[in-house]
Amino acid sequence: MSYLYAAYIATWAIHVAYLGYLLRGYARLRSEIEDLKRKR
Amino acid sequence: MKRAFPILAVLTAALLSYGLYAALIVAPTERTMGDVQRIFYYHVPSAWTAFTLFFLNLVASIVYLIRRNPKADALAFAAAEVGVVFCTVVLVTGPIWARPVWGIWWTWDLRLTLTLVLWLIYVSYLMLRRFSSSGQTPVMAAVLAIFGALDVPLVYFSIWFFRTQHPQPVIGGGGSIDPRMLHVLLINWAAFSCFAALVCWSRYHLEVLSREVEETQALESLLGAESSR
Repeated sequence: MSYLYAAYIATWAIHVAYLGYLLRGYARLRSEIEDLKRKR
Repeated sequence: MKRAFPILAVLTAALLSYGLYAALIVAPTERTMGDVQRIFYYHVPSAWTAFTLFFLNLVASIVYLIRRNPKADALAFAAAEVGVVFCTVVLVTGPIWARPVWGIWWTWDLRLTLTLVLWLIYVSYLMLRRFSSSGQTPVMAAVLAIFGALDVPLVYFSIWFFRTQHPQPVIGGGGSIDPRMLHVLLINWAAFSCFAALVCWSRYHLEVLSREVEETQALESLLGAESSR
């Protein structure tokens, strides 16, 4: 049973890590857009 | 897609929740392997989703080579990146299943080795995209994607045509599966496909926006340099 839970937890850990990476990308982009707006 | 996004997100959450419940509770326990066989409901749909994303990467790369459409290039990039995530899930869950069933984490079996090669090809594709600053990078990446996609049918059919340690296909290829297990497998496949569509669209959107911001930044710095003369 522990192998089963390990596989399911690993799957979601990989997906959540990738979603975190995407969210960081969006946050970085938002701050760059704000910078551009301020410069104008 | 913007309007459909929340609907698809709710549908995906519902499918993933039901898929998890069905995999752990509804699906019957396999007689020889026991509960560890339930890894199959995440492992196989993840592999099919990765193959679909690599196929999308191939189509978008061909479109880019023909039309030089930057949106096709961005879609190819997004599909490859999300495909690598799903392929990573396959390569992680496979050994976790293999350890209690085979007694080993890994063997250099044809199916396993070709899957690892597939993952390495697409990781090198992503590294090319990230570290090459050449103007020809999208073209080189598209060509690499076409060669990389050749490995997908090799991975898929390796267990049909060669004797491997990997279990035989349960759908097609003479395999059979309990209808209740098939139902859970297909639910999880639908769930992961919807999830992949959402994540791939988000990555594509992020890529298109990043390129627009980079172009604007380049234009701004050019205008700044002009005005300071």
